[in-house]
Amino acid sequence: MFDDISALTLARAQFAFTVSFHFIFPAFSIGLASYLAVLEALWLRTKNEVYLNLFKYWLKIFALAFAMGVVSGITMSYQFGTNWSVFSDKAGPIIGPLMAYEVMTAFFLEAGFLGVMLFGMNRVGPKLHFMATLAVAVGTFISAFWILSANSWMQTPRGFTMNDAGQFVPADWLAIIFNPSFPYRLVHTVLGAYLTTALVVGAVGAWHLLKDKTNAGARVMFNMAMGLVAVAAPIQIFAGDMHGLNTLEHQPAKVMAMEGHFESHPDGAPLILFGIPDQKAGEVRAQIAIPKASSLILKHDLDAPLAGLDTVPREDWPPVPIVFWSFRIMVGLGMLMLGLGAFSVLARVRRSLYDWPLLHRFALVMGPAGFVAVLAGWVTTEVGRQPFTVYGLLRTAHSAAPLDAPAVAASLLAFVIVYFVVFSAGTGYILKLMSHAPHPGEPGLEESPGQPVRTAGITPAPGIHHAAEGDAS
Amino acid sequence: MSPALDLPTVWAFIIAFAVFAYVVMDGFDLGIGILFPTFKPGRERDSAMNSVAPVWDGNETWLVLGGGGLMAAFPLAYAIILPALYAPIIVMLLALIFRGVAFEFRWRDPAHRAFWDVAFTGGSIIGTLAQGVTLGALLQGITVEGRQYAGGWWDWLTPFSLLTGVSLVVGYAFLGATWLVMKTEGDVQAHVRRMAGWLGAGTIGLIGVVSAVTPFLKGAYYENWFAWPNVLLTAQVPLLVLVGTVLFFRSLMRGHEYWPFLLALGLFGLSFVGLGISMFPYVVPGAVTIWQAAAPDSSLIFMLVGAVVLVPIILTYTGYAYWVFRGKVGHEGYH
Ligand code: HDD
Ligand code: HEM
Ligand code: HEM
Repeated sequence: MFDDISALTLARAQFAFTVSFHFIFPAFSIGLASYLAVLEALWLRTKNEVYLNLFKYWLKIFALAFAMGVVSGITMSYQFGTNWSVFSDKAGPIIGPLMAYEVMTAFFLEAGFLGVMLFGMNRVGPKLHFMATLAVAVGTFISAFWILSANSWMQTPRGFTMNDAGQFVPADWLAIIFNPSFPYRLVHTVLGAYLTTALVVGAVGAWHLLKDKTNAGARVMFNMAMGLVAVAAPIQIFAGDMHGLNTLEHQPAKVMAMEGHFESHPDGAPLILFGIPDQKAGEVRAQIAIPKASSLILKHDLDAPLAGLDTVPREDWPPVPIVFWSFRIMVGLGMLMLGLGAFSVLARVRRSLYDWPLLHRFALVMGPAGFVAVLAGWVTTEVGRQPFTVYGLLRTAHSAAPLDAPAVAASLLAFVIVYFVVFSAGTGYILKLMSHAPHPGEPGLEESPGQPVRTAGITPAPGIHHAAEGDAS
Repeated sequence: MSPALDLPTVWAFIIAFAVFAYVVMDGFDLGIGILFPTFKPGRERDSAMNSVAPVWDGNETWLVLGGGGLMAAFPLAYAIILPALYAPIIVMLLALIFRGVAFEFRWRDPAHRAFWDVAFTGGSIIGTLAQGVTLGALLQGITVEGRQYAGGWWDWLTPFSLLTGVSLVVGYAFLGATWLVMKTEGDVQAHVRRMAGWLGAGTIGLIGVVSAVTPFLKGAYYENWFAWPNVLLTAQVPLLVLVGTVLFFRSLMRGHEYWPFLLALGLFGLSFVGLGISMFPYVVPGAVTIWQAAAPDSSLIFMLVGAVVLVPIILTYTGYAYWVFRGKVGHEGYH
């Protein structure tokens, strides 16, 4: 029995670890792919070299982030089988086709045009190259669409019947794909990815502005990034609020955990700002709370009654402290993003966007905030769904593969070591690229110094003359 | 379901196609990783790697379609096979991580290029070995009880699975060498042409050994191959392998550039057909047939609509991407 429990715990730790690592990269590459498409479009329209330089600058970073996203993602699609085989057997008829559509509509599109996007500028010319960039950007969005549909179905399952083998049998595909929580999750996650990218781009711009406020590339990227943060942060908070209302309707226990409501409040529930949730005792210690504010937010009525976890059987409680804290981290960072956006608007009004070091320092420290917020959001969502994998229907404990604990422990250890070695090296290379200021004549992937072979290696006979002419001029 | 359109059979063919596409496409780029140490550091290695840099990601996506498709179309098989082959699959995934990031990392970090070169080769060799072991272990059979895997976590390790593992390493290196015969010139080409000869001989020898052993692993395999009158049909496979072998060595001697690769693909295709003959109609040999493992029709139809429309489109733009990067790599730009 001890073995069973620990194999399950290890499998959960492994899934949480690998998927969290994976999501760091999509969170960045979804936004960056769109940003690259915008930069290239601006360059094609205005012929302003600054945009081309920025495009090449960020393309090198994108190549690294994307490669890490791909290899960590391939691991994910096999983890369902290796670690959650019972889940795969039962939910496979529904989750499987959604992921198969993701592969067929998104992954091939991304991967097929990635090569052209990275190395093909000299071979296909700017127009076709732009189409390739667009294909990759659209691909990342389609990918988010399907995988979030699959995940949302696990949160709010619809459109199925059960068969004798205990499998979920699809009955209505539209109801499955557009399940009740999906639209909210799609909007909130994609916006989160855009914000994450904008904060990174803004931080890199701010860093170079702090060193040289005349750098044209740094000015353009800072301007664009702050514009996006100022617009997207308030929308994101609004979307998050709507998402919370949707969750209240479909997964009330999750909201109870987020709010720290162990007890029911028949006449207006308080909004607990901080406190120390104690799952065993079923109470939040040392709380700082605003009376009735939670009812106001969730029910738009100060005195509306709100049920607490005392109405839910204990074996169905999610781990409250994790959900409680991860939710506060996300919301707190969201508020800081709102603050950064407002600050940048003020700087625009005062015409000091490029020479207000305090703003630049603020933007710099907010650089990683998006990653932390999206991961905290996912932890809220997924841990809040516990103890189920398919909400209310299939328990996590009944989803795991029949594996020996040592096998899972060994593979978990291997994942931890490999991920830290490989992805810290990759992150280091990204930071190194970011530490160079963007400059005119930015080399692309095909022509970076120290790698002449990239040009030579992939330039076809007709292209060589092209390159040779370029060299001569 | 009308017998005219048996959905599980259709999906068995689609997934077999995805796996085959994976084997030949990622096969040659893993093969280049395996052959990597035989190239001189600098120019030769750079051009070998660049000959696949723009396409490896697309090639590897077929692996995702194979795995994802198996989960979608035959969830029971996916749920039994993956835990059974836990160790080799995890090792394969980790190895492919090293191999995949090396494409980008080695350019970003000249100081540690040697390390990422080792990661590229090591990842390619170990990843391939793990794939071959997976195949061998699957062929050998998996212990199943009810709807679950019921064996231990070292069951996959047998002499036969090691044999298939090594065979696949040699086979992928063979594909990689013939690919480079097509993509390179001069010294490098002479080198890979020699390698292609040796690796071709090795691959064909190993195909022979594996084929000779397989029918005796399970009664059903023997039946599938030697039952009368099927044997008239199945016997064509080894005969064609023989013809392919002769043609291959002839084209290699005569200095053809494209034929060796195409014939190598042909030999892989025949081995794959052989594999299909052994296994059909089982997905988990000896335990679960495609009909037992199949997802409900509502899943299979939903995906079939997508596959019929999308796979041809995918093949078209994949072909376009290859076309963009056609031609020789490597020697120009230095003189
Ligand atoms: C909201 C977006 C999102 C989420 C929640 C996930 N992914 Fe992901 N994934 C992407 C967005 C993405 C992407 C943007 O499409 C990536 C990231 C970088 C990249 O290369 O493509 C990607 C890559 C990627 C790949 C490699 C694709 C290729 O070969 O090109 C696989 C197999 C997966 N993912 C599988 C998964 C699985 C099984 C997940 C769930 C457990 C998952 N992803 C969560
Ligand atoms: C990339 C974004 C995601 C992140 C960061 C994430 C995070 C997590 C975390 C932290 C857990 C562990 C919860 C716990 O055990 O207490 C978990 C569990 C799980 N998630 Fe996600 N998840 C993501 C996307 C998905 C998607 C898209 C799916 C399905 C299509 C999914 C399926 C699962 C399953 C099956 C579990 C069960 C394992 C478990 O409960 O431990 N996740 N996830
Ligand atoms: C400040 C106001 C915010 C509120 C009120 C809010 C609300 C929520 C809620 C209620 C959930 C859980 C939904 C569920 O599982 O049912 C969630 C999840 C999530 N949040 Fe937020 N959020 C806010 C800010 C942010 C920010 C700034 C980001 C990222 C930049 C972010 C990223 C995410 C992500 C990625 C998830 C997981 C996916 C999902 O379920 O949508 N959130 N958010």
